[in-house]
Amino acid sequence: MTKAYVFAAGPLLWVSVIVFAAGCLLRLGRLAWLARKKDRPVYAYMSAHYALRSIGRWLVPMGTESMRKHPVTTVVSFAFHAAVVLVPLFLFAHVLLFYEAFGISWWTLPEEAAYAGTLVVLAGLVYFFARRLIRPEVRYLSGPADFALLVLVALPFATGLWAFHHGPGVRVVMLLHVLSGEALLAAIPFTKLSHMFLFPFLRGYMGSEFGSVRHARDW
Amino acid sequence: MEQTSTQTGDQGLEKSVARLTPDQIAKTLGEILKSEGGARLKAYVKTCMSCGLCADACHFYLSHENDPRFSPAGKVKQTIAPLLKKKGAVDPEFIKRAALVAFTQCNLCKRCVMYCPFGVDVAWLMLFVRRLCSRLGVVPQYIQDTAHSHSVTKNQMWVKEDEWIDTVFWQEEEAAEEVPGLTIPLEREGADIMYSVIAPEPKFRAQLIYQAAVMFHAAGVSWTMPATPGWDNSDMAMYTGENEIMGRLKRAHFEAAMRLRVKRIVMGECGHALRSVHDMGNRWLGWKTPPVPVTHAIEFYWELLESGKIRVAKKLKTPVTLHDPCNVARGLGLHEKARDVMAALCEDFVEMHPNREYNICCGAGGGVINCGPPHKAERLAASSAKAKQLFDARTRGARTIIAPCHNCHGGLEDIVEHHHLGMDLKFLGDVIYECMEKPWKKDEEEQGR
Repeated sequence: MTKAYVFAAGPLLWVSVIVFAAGCLLRLGRLAWLARKKDRPVYAYMSAHYALRSIGRWLVPMGTESMRKHPVTTVVSFAFHAAVVLVPLFLFAHVLLFYEAFGISWWTLPEEAAYAGTLVVLAGLVYFFARRLIRPEVRYLSGPADFALLVLVALPFATGLWAFHHGPGVRVVMLLHVLSGEALLAAIPFTKLSHMFLFPFLRGYMGSEFGSVRHARDW
Repeated sequence: MEQTSTQTGDQGLEKSVARLTPDQIAKTLGEILKSEGGARLKAYVKTCMSCGLCADACHFYLSHENDPRFSPAGKVKQTIAPLLKKKGAVDPEFIKRAALVAFTQCNLCKRCVMYCPFGVDVAWLMLFVRRLCSRLGVVPQYIQDTAHSHSVTKNQMWVKEDEWIDTVFWQEEEAAEEVPGLTIPLEREGADIMYSVIAPEPKFRAQLIYQAAVMFHAAGVSWTMPATPGWDNSDMAMYTGENEIMGRLKRAHFEAAMRLRVKRIVMGECGHALRSVHDMGNRWLGWKTPPVPVTHAIEFYWELLESGKIRVAKKLKTPVTLHDPCNVARGLGLHEKARDVMAALCEDFVEMHPNREYNICCGAGGGVINCGPPHKAERLAASSAKAKQLFDARTRGARTIIAPCHNCHGGLEDIVEHHHLGMDLKFLGDVIYECMEKPWKKDEEEQGR
């Protein structure tokens, strides 16, 4: 068991980080190349001013008409997205592991905040899952992959919570925690999770087109 | 969920689908993908999180009692998404459904783009589907005929060159009876502006050319119209996905303006023509912005009223509301100028809600009304969201709807009739013509005395 853990937290971690980083860069590079070849307007109309105007708008809670129409989904989405990024990056235990390995450390979340953040992530996922099942317009669009993605995101957080509470079988759960975290990281570039790094480009392009060509708001 | 029938009675769909083979579909899709549909196509289809937030942006969805098949992402799910996933290995029946969805269940109004957190451009995706269908010959017959007319005559309505000139002379004669000394200057090189219209104006609404001539005469505008092809700024080929024809049309239009050495083009009150001239046609020709500056009628009226070249004699008393056409509001942000013009002309202005960029589509745009009678019932079945919005404005007093776009006029007229709303429709030009100061009338009265 210890051997497996050491392997998972060692070489496998490197693999997942490399797959994540290289995958993101490759996908971005491929899209940039494709755009140069077949979507000339993308480069012609991209404008830093209008791109940032649009991205900024869409990062403000309740900043857009769409968000105001769906207040609950908006609140859950913002809380979920903030927590899903902040908790893993600023969790004390994660920073400590990093410090032990490389001697680098950074600011960490208070334990209560990290705990609350984890609950927010899990509650958010339950909400998204339920929304996919209940709302007809969302259920119609949802396939098995959409539900699987929610489970994939839930796993590292649920196992993390389990480990924190020293629940039964904590050693197996810790191994699962590391493995599922790595699977999630590696899946980002190749699944719809890629919206994480594509968001600024898509939003930025549409903001540019609406701003510089259409002289209209896109929020 | 009841399955809508795909029996359309539209020969442009039925007959051509009957000829189609699965091999042809895959081959044609492959050909298009070789040179088009790159990063945007991939990013749009793959980034859609299927969150459904686009749904209530769409009047088709709202009017069909929230049927998920009519949501923007729902239309993607029925068309381009499976096409890409299966690399075109679909049966002809799929293409027929896809054509129905893309041609008759989306007005390409881009309202959903404003409600999608990622800005996925479903209108652009539907145009991509239309282009594929067009390559396969599966296009509703009426709009295809219009595109054929564009290809042959460079105008939308099979208007022959002499018919165009004749119509202009006719309107000149009529208008000169009202306004002594008025001319409609065809082919005047070096004029300040070239005025261009859509072919339905000489064909069905020639009085709009008359009214424009009276306005320009009163304002002392130096203007001209070409006597050659290129006078028509409309473009249904843009909506059938025949971009090659779109390019030829816009080239003829711009070249007419260059030949006449005008400083800019002023366009009549049309939405889709603005989209073609200002946004899509110029792009296809490789111009980031149009090679000749383009001014839409709303903006031009605004200039004439602001500068005092046209004065308002009496304001319109009837309570009016304004419909913001997608292609001039969401397409060029002219909604505030339109309101300035309204304020100058009308005593009683009632806003409809939502308005400006958020206005609900007329249901006719994007070539949907041009798909003709076989699809009219379907179009009106998707009109209740718009009818509610109009009815709400009516309960607050509005009796006249101003719609500065030809397609919106057609669509809204049908909706008003279908839902017995009892409202009438006007162009901004109609109101200006009605309310403007006409100095020659004073002269006549004085002479008569």
